[in-house]
Amino acid sequence: MTKENIINPQNLVYKKPSLMNNTPMHYCPGCSHGMVHKLVAEIIEEMEMTDNTIGICPVGCAVFAYNYLDIDWIEAAHGRAPACATAVKRLWPDHLVFTYQGDGDFACIGTAESIHAMNRGENIAIIFINNAIYGMTGGQMAPTTLMGMKTATCPYGRQADLHGYPLKMTELAANLEGTCYITRQSVHNVAAINRTKKAIRKAFENSLTGKGTSLVEVVSTCNAGWKLTPVQANKWMEENMFPYYPLGDIKDTTKE
Amino acid sequence: MTQENKEGKYVLLKGNEAIAMAAIRIGCDGYFGYPITPQSEILETLCLEKPWETTGMVVLQAESELASINMVYAGGATGKRVMTSSSSPGVALMQEGITYMAGAEIPGVIVNVQRGGPGLGTIQPSQSDYNQSTRGGGNGDYEVIVLAPASVQEMADFVETAFDLAFKYRNPVIILSDGIIGQMMEKVMLPPFKARKTAEEIATLYPWAATGRDLKRKNNIFTSLDLDQERHERHNIHLQKKYAEIKENEVLYEEIMTEDAEYIVIAFGSAARIAQKSIEDFRKEGIKVGLFRPITLWPFPTKQIARLAEKTKGMLSMEINAGQMVQDIRLAVEGKTPVYHYGRMGGMVPTPEEISDAIKNLLIKE
Repeated sequence: MTKENIINPQNLVYKKPSLMNNTPMHYCPGCSHGMVHKLVAEIIEEMEMTDNTIGICPVGCAVFAYNYLDIDWIEAAHGRAPACATAVKRLWPDHLVFTYQGDGDFACIGTAESIHAMNRGENIAIIFINNAIYGMTGGQMAPTTLMGMKTATCPYGRQADLHGYPLKMTELAANLEGTCYITRQSVHNVAAINRTKKAIRKAFENSLTGKGTSLVEVVSTCNAGWKLTPVQANKWMEENMFPYYPLGDIKDTTKE
Repeated sequence: MTQENKEGKYVLLKGNEAIAMAAIRIGCDGYFGYPITPQSEILETLCLEKPWETTGMVVLQAESELASINMVYAGGATGKRVMTSSSSPGVALMQEGITYMAGAEIPGVIVNVQRGGPGLGTIQPSQSDYNQSTRGGGNGDYEVIVLAPASVQEMADFVETAFDLAFKYRNPVIILSDGIIGQMMEKVMLPPFKARKTAEEIATLYPWAATGRDLKRKNNIFTSLDLDQERHERHNIHLQKKYAEIKENEVLYEEIMTEDAEYIVIAFGSAARIAQKSIEDFRKEGIKVGLFRPITLWPFPTKQIARLAEKTKGMLSMEINAGQMVQDIRLAVEGKTPVYHYGRMGGMVPTPEEISDAIKNLLIKE
């Protein structure tokens, strides 16, 4: 059997989504961002929404999302993505509008924009990557850093009296009238990846049908920031992150 | 600048109301703002007029000035004519968004109905945001086109002028008004109705806009970030070239009795309105005083002022601030004639008599 015989449509089991270009990603090996990017590209492609999609990128590790996915992008100032998405969706109501944000962006500097966009029930989808650390700036404490967890700015571990408590933005979002679909997922194994893909697709569909704000938190690894190998990071996430940030749907008002 | 109104009727409006009514009429796509005195009538008028039911214009009370300016940033990136308004402390908060707009070359209009500062200051009028507007209140090497209306009519007219300039150069434009013009009522001829641009028109006119990637084109990306410093310097050089072009082509000003003037008062916005009264009084006495009114504060009418400096005995910069524009005048004049400043601060507004005294004591000094 030659290579040419094998390269055949019926033998295709995996392909790079066409919206994903060949730019080498700056993400560290083992980071969850690459996987979520791929899911976003696949979903937009499957929904045939490329010409109707506007993505808003954050400041943080995903600041360069626009370099990897060939859709129209607006790069927001730190934390302002939900405000940007609000305007875009209101000005282009038929478009699929989503933000892609990390924990520092969505749950810290942009908390006001996040809460008010969700509370207004803007018809946008928010993808929230929570890896409990500031990756881009070199591993500082995030609003979602776990108690006792060590980072560059809490080198002796997060303590309540010094740093306060990890913020469960997703549970908070579920209490807002404007949100329709709130879920927490992960991408650490194939089953989890499939569930996340379904969740993002549903969030994107909600943006189009105008049901309110959807939030998909993806509990993620930052093995470089956590100073662990990719495999260790997945294990650490399962043992430490999932108990505090439990996976699953938290709110869904779109069910009949 | 007066445009013909097909309905041909003058109406009596506050400056703030005129801005709102003009925005609806000239085909503005969206307004995003946050209440602050003395400009809240802009948002209030828009909410009362509910243009979303007529022209389709989006109006939203945002959660902060920070959110508002970022809504303008993103809305402008999609090729829509969007604007915000605020007053001095609120505009201070918007500086982040304005520098991002300049960096990413996004058109949009910001109205500043100034009040006295610094800090929370006062709700009374001031012109103390001249430097904030013309020097770039945010980070980086950038310029913002600044228009200074001196009447309710100009409040109405400058909305379209501002959008035209913003889209011509893909740059933010500030309408620098103040609490006097914002709150004062005058007769005004509103601009005629114009339809908002359709999605097809936006795609044709603004191929750079992020409207969803048509598969026939490359994706459009708006960012002010570039970690490749050589490429980023080239981007900065491109911006500076654009600013030079704006300086060359877009200077606006008004001259009142400057032709034979021995003394020139330079004032913008509401200060020019007050100064005009004093100048008329001097003329009655046979003293040749003229008024030069910069309409664009950036680009500043440097050449025009330099020319006037050659034939005058002195210039007085009359501003409702501690002396900000006077620096630009001195740079223009280059010592050819003495340049003085008179101003009030903290929300105090000078009377024409006070200005006359200043002209006498500082400028004429007989």
